[in-house]
Amino acid sequence: MNPIASLQPVHKGSAIDPHKVPQPHQAQTDATAEAIWAVLSPLTDPEIPVVSLRDMGILRDVRRVGSQWQVVITPTYSGCPAMGQIEDDVRQALLDSGHNAQVVTQLAPAWTTDWMTAQAHDQLRAYGIAPPCASATATDQHSLRFVRALAPTSVACPRCASTQTTEVSHFGSTACKALFKCLACLEPFDHFKPH
Amino acid sequence: MSTAAHTLAPLAYVLQLADTALVLGQRNAEWCGHGPALEEDIALANNSLDLIGQARMLYSLAALQAGPQASEDSLAYWRGPEAFRNYTMVELPHHGPMAPSARQDRDFATTMVRNFLFSNLMVGVWAQLEPSPDAQLAAIAAKAIKETRYHLRHAHDWVVRMGDGTDTSHARAQAALDHLMPYTQEFWRPSAAEQSAMDFGIGLDLGALQAPWQQQLTATLDLAQLQASPATGFVSGGKNGIHSEHLSYLLGDMQSLARAHPQAVW
Repeated sequence: MNPIASLQPVHKGSAIDPHKVPQPHQAQTDATAEAIWAVLSPLTDPEIPVVSLRDMGILRDVRRVGSQWQVVITPTYSGCPAMGQIEDDVRQALLDSGHNAQVVTQLAPAWTTDWMTAQAHDQLRAYGIAPPCASATATDQHSLRFVRALAPTSVACPRCASTQTTEVSHFGSTACKALFKCLACLEPFDHFKPH
Repeated sequence: MSTAAHTLAPLAYVLQLADTALVLGQRNAEWCGHGPALEEDIALANNSLDLIGQARMLYSLAALQAGPQASEDSLAYWRGPEAFRNYTMVELPHHGPMAPSARQDRDFATTMVRNFLFSNLMVGVWAQLEPSPDAQLAAIAAKAIKETRYHLRHAHDWVVRMGDGTDTSHARAQAALDHLMPYTQEFWRPSAAEQSAMDFGIGLDLGALQAPWQQQLTATLDLAQLQASPATGFVSGGKNGIHSEHLSYLLGDMQSLARAHPQAVW
């Protein structure tokens, strides 16, 4: 018995279960999984109410472990205050639809903005938030130290699409955003940081 | 299921990481509502949010080892200063050794130089722990390293901006560096918890951290036109539980509400 897997995380919003157990898929379980996905699909990020949890890459998996259905979510930032709300929303949606499923928070693999769908990018832009560029993780992996261009190469203004923009502050209204300004239309805007 | 022996990080080491993140998160949150500019007020609150988030994950992990009564809250709120194992540097207030007036109680240069010295260290630590055989610690490291890199960038920018700024900003950045550098000696002298973490083979290698840390320090200080002060003299011992006078006040502030209303939920 794996001693880690046998330890069930005990706290709300802080479960740690990096072990993803692949389960054989059968026709019957597939149908239930699809039904659960359908129930959860309309749920949105409380901070960005136009993008669904699924398109954000927060909703990771619907799986069956033994006789128990599990919905796997992953936090964006370690301290994201929306995660508690997201977990509650998922649990409530499952309850309302009569699905007996457990909500599991999984840390690994770590969430990246690369998981956000093209639709999420479009919805962010329409909402006035410049979507993230490709995550820097791959290039950062071995160069811990930077001495490199600090701002992302080109962030297009969500209003006028100009790439003549400048970073005002590394940190914006939430942990996941930075504050930018468009030099063409002069409007300030949020940029979803590549993470 | 695998029967291979699993390597778990020693509890004391997980607590050292957790306490360090929590104490600096709490300390930097003191800027909330007092930042020198709205953007920096928000930046430091976000920085604290990341650190406290990391602390929560680490305390939850520690609680699995610490016994059935332990929880992230019990570890954060119900241990006294003598039980905390954070680096002394992160508990220091936002000013130098002498603050002649209340106005100087919060010195932004001290905050930013500390954030730079500390996140420069933690980027290296998390990189070592990311491939750790302790899968849960590795998962936390993989999340924390992204946030810590961002903190390092933010602090680096400010150290350069202040060092290479006006005479006043330069002098204050240099004074902060002079004040804080001696505390970096604690980074390199293994605590009992770090020694056992290294003996357990969880990925930590203290000896390999210093050279890249020094390289980054030199690169940033060159841009900032600041002089690295000698890291000599008294070696602080917060990670061995020997703290400055400042920790108990910080914890008193942080823990009083939870202790006055045990079991409260909101």
